[in-house]
Amino acid sequence: MSATTRAIKSAFLLEFISSFFLAMRYFFRPKATINYPFEKGPLSPRFRGEHALRRYPNGEERCIACKLCEAICPAQAITIEADVRESDGTRRTTRYDIDMTKCIYCGYCQEACPVDAIVEGPNFEFATETREELMYDKDKLLANGDRWERQIAHNMELDAPYR
Amino acid sequence: MYEFFQTLLGPEWGLFVATVSHILLLVVVLLVAIAFLLLMDRKVWAAVQLRKGPNVVGPFGLFQSFADLFKFMFKEPLIPAGTDKVVFVIAPIITLTLALAGWAVIPVAEGWQVSDINVGILYIFAVSSLGVYGIIMGGWASNSKYPFLGSLRSAAQMVSYEVSIGFVLITVLMWVGSLNLTDIVNHQAGGFWNWHFASALFPMFVIFFISALAETNRPPFDLPEAESELVAGYQVEYASSLYLLFMIGEYVAIVMMCALCTLLFFGGWHAPVDVAPFTWIPGVIWFSIKTTFFFFMFAMVKAMVPRYRYDQLMRLGWKVFLPVSLGFVILEAFVLAYF
Repeated sequence: MSATTRAIKSAFLLEFISSFFLAMRYFFRPKATINYPFEKGPLSPRFRGEHALRRYPNGEERCIACKLCEAICPAQAITIEADVRESDGTRRTTRYDIDMTKCIYCGYCQEACPVDAIVEGPNFEFATETREELMYDKDKLLANGDRWERQIAHNMELDAPYR
Repeated sequence: MYEFFQTLLGPEWGLFVATVSHILLLVVVLLVAIAFLLLMDRKVWAAVQLRKGPNVVGPFGLFQSFADLFKFMFKEPLIPAGTDKVVFVIAPIITLTLALAGWAVIPVAEGWQVSDINVGILYIFAVSSLGVYGIIMGGWASNSKYPFLGSLRSAAQMVSYEVSIGFVLITVLMWVGSLNLTDIVNHQAGGFWNWHFASALFPMFVIFFISALAETNRPPFDLPEAESELVAGYQVEYASSLYLLFMIGEYVAIVMMCALCTLLFFGGWHAPVDVAPFTWIPGVIWFSIKTTFFFFMFAMVKAMVPRYRYDQLMRLGWKVFLPVSLGFVILEAFVLAYF
């Protein structure tokens, strides 16, 4: 571009005017924003959100305290203590803690689990006001499992063909 | 209004009460208008970026600015330890006071101005030049590196662009032959083909608009508060009500520049065509529509033009606008004297 054309272009603000029309085209386009708390974007069935401990349909907890999730966890966020249950002599966890502030949501725990007990559910809205609330224990994780079971089961069904 | 108070309270007290109530009315209407213009600024900016902008407080987010006002007022006022406390507090007050003072001579409709002085343009030019003091004082009193750099830049920038704004004002007042803002607007009566932007003054209008952006520290010339370089420039150390005063002062100055564009080049309160349906609408409405249009243009410029580099800013001010406007003054003086 020669100096003359450049001078003419800047003197008549040609680029400014064309950018104005471009901006006005964008002005009237449908907005990309969604009204977040009221509308939500789509989530993949593989979405890795808040953790949950699942149960069998008869109400028995799935976890057999094999500690594979604890072993594989790269952030060392999981702490498990296991013992023999008094009533039926099965191996169960007495403690299953996840430090959600350490967790990096890599999903290795659910990959490692042989009985699909620990899973990462579709919930991502679990912000808390204090740090302590993010130290999840077994009761909290089982409660999550009960709360999200339908969606978790549905997502696992959708994802099953690709595994 | 003035006659009503003067018959009620006698000539002196009547004038006093009428003037004070006029000023109060102007300031209240102006500040409420600015609350909505601020929202418009954010909405326009959002729309160009395919966002929705604030839409939660009130219908379409109309009361967002009032929510922000309460947020600022109830925040803790923070004065850092190393500051010069007196200057630190005075700076935002000066900014807002000077910005509001300029409005004293702006005629929003025929005769609707607090003070119809004969050197209206000169007064506005003087007051808007003083506005830089608030920024320099704020930046210096903060005793911190980013505010200081921001206020240095601001001083240099406003001085540079005031020169070309001054020459543009000279071309307008030579064209009209008066410094009185009412005379300048009435010179453009009759229809939009008589407005100054449609005359030979059009290039001066362009220069005035761009210089007004620089004068009010608006993007693309917002180097004094460039987020990516100086965090928020001279406002870094300010919080709560003091910051609010700075921000309101800035927006009052911006709206005053929009109003000046309207008065000097777009026929002030006159309707675009001097026929029946347009002349029924009162002048103050036309003035508001035109000023809002210019504010919309300010917002659009903010949305679409990237920030200038500092040397480009200085080049534009001193090597382009100054010679062009100076040349235009000489040319116009020559033409007016000999033709």
